[in-house]
Amino acid sequence: MAGLLIAVGSFFTLVGSIGLIRFPDVLCRMHATTKTTTLGACSIFLAAALKYGNSPIGLKSILALWFLLLTAPAGAHMIARAAYRIRVPLTADRMVADDLDGVAERLAHPPEQHQD
Amino acid sequence: MTTGFLDGMLLVVACSTLLCLYRMVVGPSVPDRVVAFDAFSTNLAVVVVLLVIRHDLVQLIDVVLVLAILGFVGTMAVAKYLKKGDIVD
Repeated sequence: MAGLLIAVGSFFTLVGSIGLIRFPDVLCRMHATTKTTTLGACSIFLAAALKYGNSPIGLKSILALWFLLLTAPAGAHMIARAAYRIRVPLTADRMVADDLDGVAERLAHPPEQHQD
Repeated sequence: MTTGFLDGMLLVVACSTLLCLYRMVVGPSVPDRVVAFDAFSTNLAVVVVLLVIRHDLVQLIDVVLVLAILGFVGTMAVAKYLKKGDIVD
């Protein structure tokens, strides 16, 4: 069981890194790495917890798993926000919809209120 | 789990860590490098966990916790710096 978890974790880690190399812009790269690397690392931490059982080693690997699950989405969200705000060049010709287009400008300069 | 199997998996994860390092060096923009750094620190923690399992180096499990915390703090710090030009506010 632990061997299966280690194989799955290594496979997903490798897939995430290949996506980091191959994808065209920063949001695609983040999409590739964040989920797959979190899944791979969590599988391998779970394998360590299964191997060492109810001991300080197993409990520490469960703690690392919990911490990784808690912090990886927050970190990716912060990087995506910063990348959008500083206008990193994206592959705009292939982008279908951009719901945040002009939101920052509208928040900085709100339109006049209509009096009627 | 034979030791040969664990060595092979260690090689696979080490190769993916090297791929993250490549993106961190050549990444065209700063957020690319930060994404690569995040994946790099996670992969490094995975390498250390595999070393713990392979060689029974149970002392190294604390290194995993420190690597996870440092990766998260570094990512957050650079992201906040990019967005606001200031880390502590």
